[in-house]
Amino acid sequence: MSIVARGITKRFGSFVALDDVSVEVPTGSLTALLGPSGSGKSTLLRVIAGLERPDGGEVLIADEDMTGRAPQRRGVGFVFQHYAAFKHMTVYDNIAFGLRIRKRPRSEIRERVGELLRLVQLEGLADRYPAQLSGGQRQRMGLARALAVDPKVLLLDEPFGALDARVRKELRAWLRRLHDETHTTTLIVTHDQEEAMEVSDRIALMNSGRIEQVGGPRELYERPANEFVMSFVGPVNRVGDAYVRPHDVELTLAPNGSTREAMIERLVHFGFEVRVELVRDDGERLSAQVTREQAETLELEQGQIVYIRPTRETTFAP
Amino acid sequence: MARYALRFAALGYLAILLVLPVSLVFWRTFEHGLSAPWHAVTTHDARHAFWLTILIALVAVPANTIFGVALAIAIVRHRFPGKGLVNAIVDLPLALSPVVVGFALLLLYGRLGWFGPWLERHGIHVIFALPGMILATIFVSLPFVVREVVPVLREIGTEQEQAAATLGASGFATFRRVTLPAIRWAVAYGVVLTTARCLGEFGAVSVVSGHLAGKTETATLFVQDSFESFDVTGAYAASVVLALIAIATLVAMNAFRPKEETR
Amino acid sequence: MATRVVALPVPRAAPGGRALVHGLATLYLSLIVLLPLAALLSRSRVEGGHGFWEAVSGREAVSAVKLTLVASLIVALVNAVAGTALAWVLVRDRFVGQGLVNALIDLPFALPTIVAGLTLLALYGPRSSVDVNLAYTRAGVVLALLFVTLPFVVRTVQPTLIELDREMEDAAASLGAGSFATFRRIVLPNIVPAVLSGVALAFARAIGEFGSVVLISGNLPFKTEVASVFIYGQIQSSNPTGAAAISVLLLGISLAVLLAIGGIRRYASRHDL
Repeated sequence: MSIVARGITKRFGSFVALDDVSVEVPTGSLTALLGPSGSGKSTLLRVIAGLERPDGGEVLIADEDMTGRAPQRRGVGFVFQHYAAFKHMTVYDNIAFGLRIRKRPRSEIRERVGELLRLVQLEGLADRYPAQLSGGQRQRMGLARALAVDPKVLLLDEPFGALDARVRKELRAWLRRLHDETHTTTLIVTHDQEEAMEVSDRIALMNSGRIEQVGGPRELYERPANEFVMSFVGPVNRVGDAYVRPHDVELTLAPNGSTREAMIERLVHFGFEVRVELVRDDGERLSAQVTREQAETLELEQGQIVYIRPTRETTFAP
Repeated sequence: MARYALRFAALGYLAILLVLPVSLVFWRTFEHGLSAPWHAVTTHDARHAFWLTILIALVAVPANTIFGVALAIAIVRHRFPGKGLVNAIVDLPLALSPVVVGFALLLLYGRLGWFGPWLERHGIHVIFALPGMILATIFVSLPFVVREVVPVLREIGTEQEQAAATLGASGFATFRRVTLPAIRWAVAYGVVLTTARCLGEFGAVSVVSGHLAGKTETATLFVQDSFESFDVTGAYAASVVLALIAIATLVAMNAFRPKEETR
Repeated sequence: MATRVVALPVPRAAPGGRALVHGLATLYLSLIVLLPLAALLSRSRVEGGHGFWEAVSGREAVSAVKLTLVASLIVALVNAVAGTALAWVLVRDRFVGQGLVNALIDLPFALPTIVAGLTLLALYGPRSSVDVNLAYTRAGVVLALLFVTLPFVVRTVQPTLIELDREMEDAAASLGAGSFATFRRIVLPNIVPAVLSGVALAFARAIGEFGSVVLISGNLPFKTEVASVFIYGQIQSSNPTGAAAISVLLLGISLAVLLAIGGIRRYASRHDL
């Protein structure tokens, strides 16, 4: 049940949302479509779902050409950022909706909905209305609803974007566990690179309607294809033409041949790690990342002079 | 496609019910040129009728605007017993038959009414005279300013007014400088609706006016009376004038319409 | 350092000023609305329950009231469908002249009822250009009522449709629902309160309608005479008892409808519809 999008183009008036985009989502994987706002990722997801019609290109789901087909007949499950809960129906009726449309017998519906309520941990809430649920509960209902009809693929459009930070982290982990159980081919759209890195097997990074790079989280982080990818998936210092990750900036108290002098402008303590904001002798600003122990060992203080050296640098061909 | 069928059906309904009848009256009026309708609408009786209509509106609209704003403020900002009742009373004129309104006024100010004898003794004419028609028109056009201002007052909340108070503004100064500017578009829209209602009033004034041509006949009564005395040209011509005013009303409504109703 | 909590003052007119505003507003309302209504209610009881009942059960009265209620009900139902359709076309569709059509919906409100009646008589009366003559018929009464009640359902449904979460319909589509199933299961339940409000308003307006009906119906007793015309006739023939009785009846129905609308609105907001 793979997803293949080939040469997708979509324009809204004069704005080009997708520019000849091609991407493959392997069967059984959890792939993230990552990118900043306006990169086209939601549009691409909706094109795959059939909720948006592309100006060019084709979409294949499970090797079947879906390009002209209405969303009703694509066999996709879609989960919306703002839940799209049927607010006039109970949780039970929401989840049962797809099954009722397919005219499944009542006993089958009851069994399936019960199964799903257990899966998403909403047992006992079947008779509540969406307005009586928390955001996290509403989204779990949304997932159950989408899974009820055994979709070929699962499409999630920034599913945790409307929830607060703690609930987001919980649901992220929960989604990963769910995927490991069900193995449904899943494509998740997110603007949060931490989320993409944590949850997915593969990431397709998008920018301004184009795919910048596709690969596993490690690959994107360690072998970025260009500056955009490098800066998006993690913090980065730009020093002239070179890019250096903060944890690749070595701090010493005494100079040696290859170090430069810098002053600590500010220390930010994040619990386990410490961000050291530096001003180099030529005025260039950088940040370095050290562990708590390192900061203590070196007795780092605001205003202190230290010596820095990048242990690893990346440059990109122009 | 279903979309075109629905569009066609809905717009067709509108055409058959609204557009065609009104257009036909315009057509029939000007079918034989401008002079006949022009003369029909500038006779002494016709001119008096339009003048009377405008005069009544010139009294009713400001009255309902001023008291409408006062009522809206009382309903939204002040606490007093019987507020729900006041709300219901304000809405009542919308649901009442205009003939019933006219009749009620008759029972009050007519010769055999509650104040009848007293008015007669003092030579004051309310029924079959201008005051009665004004009272009837005020009654039926009462709700509009209130209903437009109430939701806006509710929505803007009291924060701005509280800020003004902390800066030293008195109650009246706050009203003039903070509240009034905030509600002015709602008031404007309400005034448009009130005016339209005043100009178009028929049933209530029909009961209280006595239809005395040249004396207590408004424009709408003129239309009916002309038609029933077979002066079709007069009826049509006056109707066209009223329809043109209605179209101007539509333009004004569109301009001042509160944002929630537009797309 | 402790912080002091300062209570924000609510701007008040001087106590005298506020009482003045209240007093004037109340006086105005009483003078304009309450007093006439009191006179009406009082008159309807002058001849006691017996007199009231006699007036209300007179053959002509019964016929007028029956016609009014049936015609208004028909009109309310037609508006439920036509009004919703028009609202849909104005919100979900896109075509040239849509703004103009939207403005036209308010024409029955802006146009004097007598003029409305005249235009209907011109096209659908004895001198009709399309050979349709509804003068002196009950169909003519229904036609006039349809004209004046056109805006009500449209204007209550429009804002509801605008606010409707379109993603619910997307979700329904992704779950396999075709456009009709989506309309029936998703859109309709969410607009029903608005449709009902509009229908109630249209009904209340229709039962009291006078000006537009007067010309086209011919006001034939027992055939095309509606309640408001009956009352008018009673006034003209100096029969205030009959007029008062039917007036109070109409007033009662209007009040009941206003209460129903309030109930619908409360129900809708409780269920977040």
